[in-house]
Amino acid sequence: MYALIALGYTMVYGIVRLINFAHGDVFMVGAFLALYAIERLGLPLPAVFVCAAAGCAALAVAIERLAYRPLRSAPKIAALITAIGVSLFLEYFTALHQVFGPNFYAFPRPFDVVSREFGGVTVTNIQGIIFLATLATLGGLQYVVYHTKVGRAMRAVSHDPVTAGLMGVNVNAVISFTFGLGAALAGVGGVLYGIAYPQINTFMGVMPGLKAFTAAVLGGIGSIPGAVLGALIMGQSETMTSAYLSSTYRDGIAFLILIAVLLVKPTGILGTARVEKV
Amino acid sequence: MTVRIPRVAGNILKALLPFCLLTATLLLLESREYLNPFWIRIIQLSCVVAVSALGLNLIYGFTGLFSLGHAAFYGVGAYTAALLMKGFVGAYGEESFLPAQAAFLGSLAAGGIAAALLACLVGLPTLRLTSDYLGIATLGFGVITKVLFDNADSFLPQLGGARGMTGIPRMTETPWVVAGLVAAILVARNLVHSTYGRALVAIREDEIAASTVGIDIFRYKVYGFTAGCAFAGVAGGLYAHLYTFLHPSNFDFLKSFDVLMIVVLGGLGNLSGTLVASFGWIFLLEGMRVLLPPEYIEFRWVIIPLLLIVTMLVRPQGLFGRREFPFLRGKVYR
Repeated sequence: MYALIALGYTMVYGIVRLINFAHGDVFMVGAFLALYAIERLGLPLPAVFVCAAAGCAALAVAIERLAYRPLRSAPKIAALITAIGVSLFLEYFTALHQVFGPNFYAFPRPFDVVSREFGGVTVTNIQGIIFLATLATLGGLQYVVYHTKVGRAMRAVSHDPVTAGLMGVNVNAVISFTFGLGAALAGVGGVLYGIAYPQINTFMGVMPGLKAFTAAVLGGIGSIPGAVLGALIMGQSETMTSAYLSSTYRDGIAFLILIAVLLVKPTGILGTARVEKV
Repeated sequence: MTVRIPRVAGNILKALLPFCLLTATLLLLESREYLNPFWIRIIQLSCVVAVSALGLNLIYGFTGLFSLGHAAFYGVGAYTAALLMKGFVGAYGEESFLPAQAAFLGSLAAGGIAAALLACLVGLPTLRLTSDYLGIATLGFGVITKVLFDNADSFLPQLGGARGMTGIPRMTETPWVVAGLVAAILVARNLVHSTYGRALVAIREDEIAASTVGIDIFRYKVYGFTAGCAFAGVAGGLYAHLYTFLHPSNFDFLKSFDVLMIVVLGGLGNLSGTLVASFGWIFLLEGMRVLLPPEYIEFRWVIIPLLLIVTMLVRPQGLFGRREFPFLRGKVYR
């Protein structure tokens, strides 16, 4: 779950070094798009996924074009504040009665929940789907980033945007593509969230967004397997804390782990240190 | 022979003058009912927020430490001061050896000290991190603190935990907030233009260059962080006794973002900008409650982010850039 959102964060950060706070809200929009696709249009499940992913990608590309691109050469903090602004705007704009409305909405279950036991561990089919979807996106992303032309361009821009531009890479297009891809993943994540926890509202993106970002940092931001690993650790620590300690301490423990990891290895578990040149 | 006022006394006079003027004006407006209590409240809240924002500006604007946990220190100050003051009133009531105002001053100071001590403890390990990672670590600290506030009633029932803390005496009146603001401005200005302040600015500009001229980077970072958080602690104490009710959700990470937005809007490393932005922010936020027709009240949080985005696109360096009000400039340094 967190992994899908964390991947989007890590990709965007890897390329433009911007903490995209609006990512959690793109995730929320994905869930709402899916809700509309199911209820109003009555689309089948695969079409719902495509619809949410495409909608989110379009939204993210638009945000990038309007809000972040003019600020690319400005101080980083200006873009960060803009990201917070975009995030607040998405939350409250969609909470207006004229848009989605501020209430909780029930997300329809497209299929029944089935539980199976594998060697003493109970797994529902929803958890299975989420797990498979995460694995599939991880594999797909690894392929896109390391084995396609766009992926090579992405890595080049991440390394050095100016030089990449000189070598004939269309930097703006690559950045837009990255935002779009990250948002599409968030859209898929939104649909999965809706299926797993069938209640959505317009502020649901805040905490998952924050935790996914933490997961990305934990695993080493900019690293794709790192994001998944970080998300697994976050998810596990939350579940374990809820089970053995108290669910009220859940968020605290997750962040405690984060701080501990950062102190030992400041770039995250799978992150690589950047050499500081004078 | 001319009468010479000693320098210290002169400086105290210089500080008292704006305090008296501002307080007198506000009290006059209050008593003549030119301003209704609603707007007086807003002005008081603006002053409190300005104190906290000045602290964050010291941390981020002047020292360049990206802190996303400011609201946590604000909260620690608020809870500490409120706990002490509540305890004081509860133990002594009306007939006490100390006037309540003096006790309030003491608990405000205690709030500031508590926040500063905690900042020191948090800063010692985390300030070795750089830029965004420091931001995440402080963000994490903010979330942890909020979780602790939520569960605070399990170890100190008076704090109320997730139900909120009630029964705090209302002590924060206009003279207190003005005094707090004037003191914060003075301390911030003098700190920024002192040797310490210049060391902090040097660290912000270039750590390696700063260390080659003999600045102990890490130690000064801790100084800057601690000082800024002390501001937040005092502001928190004022806040607690202004609203007489504390709830953990008033100190979550979103509130840290609010202060950060104020500082960046005003301009990093710019005291005048922070002041104007604090007042502007609160007035905008609360003023829209009055200005907007009731059925459009939800549009408040749609308009604010849009304004924020537009401001950032037009003036990425903040509203004030590098310009300062004359009384905030240093004698040599500009």
